[in-house]
Amino acid sequence: MKKTNINRRSFLQVTALASGGFMLGLYPKVAALAQSRPTAENALLPSDFISIASNGVVNITSRNPETGQHSLNMLPMLIADELDVDWKDVKIVRPNADYKYGIQFTGGSTATPNNWDPMRQVGAAARQMLIAAAAQSWGVATAECSTASGRVLHKASNRSLGYGELAAKAAMLPVPDLKSLKLKDPKDYKIIGTTTNDVENKDIVTGKPIFGIDVTVPGMLYAVFQKTPVFGGKAISANLDAIKAMKGVKHAFIVEGKPNPSNFPNYLNDDPGLEAGVAIVADSWWAAQSAREKLEVKWDEGKWATLNSVDIAKKADELSKQPAARTLRKDGDVEAVFKSSNVKVVESQYIFPFIAHAPLEPQNCTAHYKDGKLEIWSTSQTPQIGRTIVSRLLGMSESDITIHMVRGGGGFGRRLYNDYMCEAAWISKTVGAPVKVLWTREDDMQHDYYRSGGFQYLKAAVDNAGKLVAWQNHYVGYGEGETFTHAGQVDGGEFPSRFVPNYLMQATVMPLGLKTGALRAPRSNVYSWVYQSFIDELAHAAGKDPVQFRLELLSQGTPGGMNAERMIGVVKLVAEKSGWGKRTLPKGRAMGIGFHYSHRGYFAEVAEVTVSANKKIKVNKVWVAGDIGSQIINVGASENLTQGAVVDGMSEMLQEISLRNGRVVQSNYHQHPMVKMSQTPPIEVHFLKTNNTPTGLGEPALPPILPAISNAIFTATGERIRTLPITKQGFSFA
Amino acid sequence: MIKLKVNGAARQFDGDPEMPLLWFLRDELNLKGTKFGCGMGLCGACTVHLNGKPARACSTPVSAAANATITTIEGVSPDGSHPVQIAWQDLDVPQCGYCQAGQMMSACALLAKTPKPTDTEIDTAMNGNLCRCGTYLRIRAAIHKAAELTASNNPPKPAPKATRAGARLLPTKGSKK
Repeated sequence: MKKTNINRRSFLQVTALASGGFMLGLYPKVAALAQSRPTAENALLPSDFISIASNGVVNITSRNPETGQHSLNMLPMLIADELDVDWKDVKIVRPNADYKYGIQFTGGSTATPNNWDPMRQVGAAARQMLIAAAAQSWGVATAECSTASGRVLHKASNRSLGYGELAAKAAMLPVPDLKSLKLKDPKDYKIIGTTTNDVENKDIVTGKPIFGIDVTVPGMLYAVFQKTPVFGGKAISANLDAIKAMKGVKHAFIVEGKPNPSNFPNYLNDDPGLEAGVAIVADSWWAAQSAREKLEVKWDEGKWATLNSVDIAKKADELSKQPAARTLRKDGDVEAVFKSSNVKVVESQYIFPFIAHAPLEPQNCTAHYKDGKLEIWSTSQTPQIGRTIVSRLLGMSESDITIHMVRGGGGFGRRLYNDYMCEAAWISKTVGAPVKVLWTREDDMQHDYYRSGGFQYLKAAVDNAGKLVAWQNHYVGYGEGETFTHAGQVDGGEFPSRFVPNYLMQATVMPLGLKTGALRAPRSNVYSWVYQSFIDELAHAAGKDPVQFRLELLSQGTPGGMNAERMIGVVKLVAEKSGWGKRTLPKGRAMGIGFHYSHRGYFAEVAEVTVSANKKIKVNKVWVAGDIGSQIINVGASENLTQGAVVDGMSEMLQEISLRNGRVVQSNYHQHPMVKMSQTPPIEVHFLKTNNTPTGLGEPALPPILPAISNAIFTATGERIRTLPITKQGFSFA
Repeated sequence: MIKLKVNGAARQFDGDPEMPLLWFLRDELNLKGTKFGCGMGLCGACTVHLNGKPARACSTPVSAAANATITTIEGVSPDGSHPVQIAWQDLDVPQCGYCQAGQMMSACALLAKTPKPTDTEIDTAMNGNLCRCGTYLRIRAAIHKAAELTASNNPPKPAPKATRAGARLLPTKGSKK
């Protein structure tokens, strides 16, 4: 990958490149917009994304942070196809965080929906100008010209010119109106819909220093930061003199931190950013970490030091027996249905824990504060938001902060938050030197923005015809008043809202001293398990096949939200591909299904499992059917990402973060396990292409695997899993 | 003074002998390919070869590597031409890529011992390497592919009587042994 560092000079229409080529300077009129946040994506300048060298090499900027989703490739694929260049001639450039690129955000499966149109338009605009330049050179009409493989062709006269030869002239031409752009007919795609391998693969397999943890800056010091073990605590004093006397230690100091808010902020945008603790800065990370082993801190643990998971569970149980604090949606009259004589009523409670993101690369960040300017190297999924938070923390102008985007060793939502960035910035400013802050795995697991745990108390009724007629859900979660903890909310749209005439969604919250946040497919990653497990219970109560019951339920929806037709499509597809109901399986072996709509994606998954007498689960095979619109952009990557989502979802069935005396109990992977290779089933992935705009894939493939496996376990054993992790009921993966 | 050989070069270290090998490699020798994941030998991201055998650099004190021969991902081949590296690229194995150096080091050690491993042999050898992105199916496929590439590069011949420690990596394409 070629990394270029071309200053933004789009006010000039043509900029000479070091390589002798020229930048295409499109849309110079709106260049001023780049100084502030764009109000619309059409303020994007193609010149910020494309530069063409005279030898025909096309540098394309990929604006999003990369933490493993292949967006580094995907965004340039969209540009390159519309530009009509060969993928082999493309060099991908990773930019800094800058609003001139629009939104640089990796999360919420937004890379495709946020980029599908704008990136194709960027490519098409540049192509149109290159055609105009060629037509002018030849004195022919643009309509007589076409393009192929980085050349403009005039077939009538059998002439052609390479983009490299045309770039300078093209950049001088008037810019096409965005509305006039003609995008390709999908049947003409040459790059979209193929497989392109990650452009950084070679760096990865040869061990090049491309990750955040690998960043080195001349004169850099290394820092560890011992954070308060209890949320909201403070360091009162520490044996700083003894620490400072240790080998290699340069600085040791107490960080007061920013006061934690009493309510529940949206940590994404309103993170106070800096926990309290003690920073140790040394000439090597090992020296800093060794000193930390000797660190003695007197903490003011604050009001959360008595918080225990067992007490929380007891409290939730009590609350479930009382009237809910709030009603979020009420259709019909569930009570009347439950009292009627001709229905079968089922009641269950589903309990799920907090879990950690635990990306394999522990949180880290390198910052260099000097003369009022700050330079940061970060794996953040939200570098632009991170800069805003850091600017607030240090009282600096955003324009004095430069953020270099570095590949992240997994994100899963953890790097949406920018606490590590705040720490590095604060410590660098305090010591006046470039500093790399690196967390241990224990820091990472015990100072996360956890996937919220919760309790769902469900009651539903099926009538004599086996039809779902009433559904009631009392969610007991966390928050304060009407505010739920970040990414731990429920609303009136919780499934099967709109698919059942009598529906009641209620919630009660409990206080919590713990940060929560978005974990891959937030809420969906576990609500899917709750809803699809309970629906399975109802199918069995109704004496119906679980697929048939779901299809009937989906056909009785009312308009709004999820498109039932699309979900029916993937349920049918996964049933067909998995041979649902077609095979007789021996005792202890069974299939289960789940579906879920999230992040604009429709997914249904079937798992086939064998459960041994000692409750060891072997997942024999998984089938996935997904509908994310009309086009899969990178075929190979889409399969990889989907298979990974299944493995990730399986791991989540094993994980738990619990609290004892306000502290997180789990500290490393032995207590928060991941599925291993031997436990990974074959995973067959099918995409149903429908006439809908392409949407994202990072998240929606994950949620259905949990209920698919859970439901298969029930059919195999007769035991319903209603508490996660599955080990609570004695199950584990073989 | 601790002396050891890293990727063929003689190195020495006179700091804290209890420091894990990982930090010697990463921060003293600037070999950043070996990754820090857990610090307890639980995830395998730091896997290197110590005298030809896979070892977790995060929980191996430098003192335990005295006089040893160490191979890191950078020593597999700098240009990505080793069959394992080729297979990893061809099958587009990585998602985030962070665990993959460790995965490849375990794979190289397996293939050196078992040139044509079964799925079960692969699973057994690789179960100590976690992949948070869940690329296991592709890792397994890449190991099979690397085995095929190696077999086609090296027609069967009598096994050498003895191999030097540290020379147990698969030969790279066109390399002279």
